[in-house]
Amino acid sequence: MAVAFLPRPIAELPWRLLILVVAIAGFSTLVLYSAAGGRMTWAMPQGVRFLVFFTMALVLSRLPVEWFKQAAFPAYVAVLLLLIVVEAMGFVGGGAQRWVDLGFINLQPSELMKPVIVLACAHFYSILPAREIRGWSAIWPAALLIGFPAALVLIQPDLGTATMVALGGITIMFLAGVPLRLFVGGAAAMAVALPVAFSFLHDYQRQRVLIFMNPEADPLGAGYHITQSKIAIGSGGLFGNGFLQGTQSHFAFLPEPHTDFIFATMAEEWGLAGGLALILAFALVLRWGMRVATDSKDRFARLAAAGLTTTIFFYVAINLMMVMGLAPVVGIPLPLFSYGGSAMMTVMICLGILMAIDRQNRREARRM
Amino acid sequence: MKRFSGPPVTESSQTNSFSRRAFFVGAVQTGLAALLAGRMGYIAIAENELYSGLAESNRVHLRLIPPRRGWIVDRHGQPMAVNRSDFRVDLIPDRLEDPDRVLAALASILDLTAEDLAKIRADLAAAAGFQPVPVAEQLSFEKFAAVNVRLPELPGVSPLRAFSRYYPEGAAIGHLIGYVGAPNRQDYEAEDRNPLLITPGFKVGKEGLEKVMERRLRGRPGAARVEVTARGRLVRELKTLSDVSGAPLRTTIDAGLQSYAARRLGEESGSCVIVDCNSGDILALASMPAYDPNNFSDGISHSEWDMMAQDERHPLINKALNALYPPGSTFKPAVAMALMEAGVDPEEQVSCGGGYTLGNRRYGCLGVHGPMNLHRAIAKSCNTYFYTMARRIGIERFSAMAKRLGLGQRFDLPVVSQSYGTIPDPAWKQRRYNQEWTQSDTLNAAIGQGYVILNPLQLAIMAARVASGRDVQPRLVGRGRAAAPLPFNPASFAAVRSGMDEVVNGNGTAGRSRLPLDGIRMAGKTGTAQVRNIGADRGRAGAAWRYRDHGLFVFFAPVDVPRYAGAVVIEHGLGGARAAAPVACDVMTYLFDKDKAMDRLLPLEQSWGGNIAERMARRALDWGNRPPAAAAAEPA
Repeated sequence: MAVAFLPRPIAELPWRLLILVVAIAGFSTLVLYSAAGGRMTWAMPQGVRFLVFFTMALVLSRLPVEWFKQAAFPAYVAVLLLLIVVEAMGFVGGGAQRWVDLGFINLQPSELMKPVIVLACAHFYSILPAREIRGWSAIWPAALLIGFPAALVLIQPDLGTATMVALGGITIMFLAGVPLRLFVGGAAAMAVALPVAFSFLHDYQRQRVLIFMNPEADPLGAGYHITQSKIAIGSGGLFGNGFLQGTQSHFAFLPEPHTDFIFATMAEEWGLAGGLALILAFALVLRWGMRVATDSKDRFARLAAAGLTTTIFFYVAINLMMVMGLAPVVGIPLPLFSYGGSAMMTVMICLGILMAIDRQNRREARRM
Repeated sequence: MKRFSGPPVTESSQTNSFSRRAFFVGAVQTGLAALLAGRMGYIAIAENELYSGLAESNRVHLRLIPPRRGWIVDRHGQPMAVNRSDFRVDLIPDRLEDPDRVLAALASILDLTAEDLAKIRADLAAAAGFQPVPVAEQLSFEKFAAVNVRLPELPGVSPLRAFSRYYPEGAAIGHLIGYVGAPNRQDYEAEDRNPLLITPGFKVGKEGLEKVMERRLRGRPGAARVEVTARGRLVRELKTLSDVSGAPLRTTIDAGLQSYAARRLGEESGSCVIVDCNSGDILALASMPAYDPNNFSDGISHSEWDMMAQDERHPLINKALNALYPPGSTFKPAVAMALMEAGVDPEEQVSCGGGYTLGNRRYGCLGVHGPMNLHRAIAKSCNTYFYTMARRIGIERFSAMAKRLGLGQRFDLPVVSQSYGTIPDPAWKQRRYNQEWTQSDTLNAAIGQGYVILNPLQLAIMAARVASGRDVQPRLVGRGRAAAPLPFNPASFAAVRSGMDEVVNGNGTAGRSRLPLDGIRMAGKTGTAQVRNIGADRGRAGAAWRYRDHGLFVFFAPVDVPRYAGAVVIEHGLGGARAAAPVACDVMTYLFDKDKAMDRLLPLEQSWGGNIAERMARRALDWGNRPPAAAAAEPA
């Protein structure tokens, strides 16, 4: 793997992953250029942002894994406080209070919570003695760790992100070895509680869920997003209508053509071929991430790597299910692809930590 | 410590468990990736056709190009209804986001009045979402351009270059041609939701020929396939199929004569019908007062409508077809024809002592005429002669003759409606009132009173049939064959015609209405129809206008070789000779010598206070300025 004539720090980089990431982001730039009607309006800021966060990820990858472990709880507390601050200050945007303006980026603490909850849970289980894993003490601290931020995000209200925070933490619990029947039982309880939870949803959230069940019932109203997105994807066919030729996005039939529904914008112009290529690229990124997890000898690193990979997976999976009409419209962007900084930052943090773990794995492998 | 189950967990068993579960997570991820790929493949390949179609129907709209309406021209090709290029502005309720703001903006650009705005709001409330609501028509280019410039901030506003209908003759042809207007919901549904009807600027015929001949005048719409954005902005035109204009409609009307007749009716409430007595072509079908179809086609205001609806001279009714009058003595030519055909000797004398006695009741005559034969009875309009002779032949005979001459008949004409009145006979009375026919009924019918009511067109056709001896049918459009002769003795026609000749040109009732032309004589018959029977003085000049007698006149000319026939009815004109015959005289003069006719009309119009348009404008102004008390007293 290592290329002999390159300096070691560079040769040691996980090149396969980096090429994949650059390819996805490059493709994103092309699609954004087209979505803006052949202008750099969105492509340029997105490219700059990518370079910034890419550099950040490379920097993170040089840090010792131990640092992340030690930083997990303080970071968790800090982000939790930020969430409370956001809630309290009530920056209003789109009917929901979600972000703090940091100047160069509107920071959503809930975004940061996605990797942080993974690190915190991983840390918790790494310090939990092995024999305790089947006891109550393996469950309630984690449940609290997950429950607080998930609840805070849910009341923002941001159903999609709350779900992702919860799923990130639960994935760590699952991987840490919490008894299986808890999950089976939990799933059953969820199924029972779902109708009750439904009644607590905001009107627009409830609307979206109902529309997801039957988008054609109201093609011009609330089902509009899903219907138009499916039209964009479906009309693309095998190889798409061609670069800059998408009418659904250019004539504004497709809402949010550069953010949440960018996959549909892409699919209209690049067709199934472009879609499969993108799905494949993400699958390879995820496979690399899971391999980093299984290669790791350290329990924290293992759990963290698997959890961070799964976080990226949830982004991709929920967004794609949404644009293809398999999930309600919840406002989860497609990481590295959708226009916007928050999600890109989160994913780059995940990738940076994953690369750091990968680096540690390789070092240990060499030592043996 | 409570445990859930199983053997104690060690570090190594934990590693194994992690590997298993990580594998499971990886498998779930792979499975979902496969599901998504499959789902996308399904949408993009299996449902590609469906979604391609939907994408196309999103982006490609079929925009209808309304066809230009066919012209309506007179018998010489002179236009009576044409199209004028027109800048207009409509609202599309569906696309209207903020009606108040948009209307306020339009009001300031287009100088809309409060009344205009109220009408637009009412239309908006009544319109279905897709139906365009007209805001303003016949805009100047400057105003039209001003709306276009501000279009991006006015969603729902549709400025359009269209065509509007123009009627050069104005009110003179109002009832005949009718008018056009924006289709209403009923029109739209009656045509199976034809999308053409909700195209901005498209109009359908609402009255008269415009309505009846709608299919022929409409033409075929063109279509443009255009690419539009979700907000309705036009991207480009893909393909255009041009429209096919409606076919011009040639009528039998003589526009000049029609206009002259309408003008000559002047301030009176009445009608004038002129037909070609060989072909049945209707040359003029004037009813006054009338509405100006140019105003109606723009959409009439509430106040204008009120003014017309409350006018006792009924400008909204076509009196040539939809008003019924007792014909009075104009019925006598039909009775005389029946007498001749029944074998009554035209030289047989009836002595008129001023009336006729039946039982203990006396039926009056207008004078004491002395001995009367058929010829002089027509000329003098002697009731006594007609009472006597009509009673001799009986009601069935002369009512049958009247029907044969077109009275009480419905004609096959392209008109919205025609009232056809009554020619009574015993069977009819039995049916209608469940009563026996009486001799008194016969006497009343013999002088065109009682149950007899007719419309002016029928009287004109009677005159035409008497004049030509042919079974002429009235026609408004197209070209017909010469009518077949009526199966009556030529001597009968000759006797009646000579009596009618005497009316005007001899010692008769309408001697003052001789044609001022050398060698051309008009024959006719006057009639006075009582409106109300109040003692001996009934509807004379002293009575209120609406109780005065109607004046009627039927006529044809030239006497020797009849070409034209007609009827004039002046409501509450006091008498046929006084009110109707002079109008007929001038209108017939126009047919033979236009200049002479105009020389007679112009001084008259001056005395009335201007031409039709000027007088109507002044009346509208007076209506607007009427004292508030009068306005308040009107029913809402």
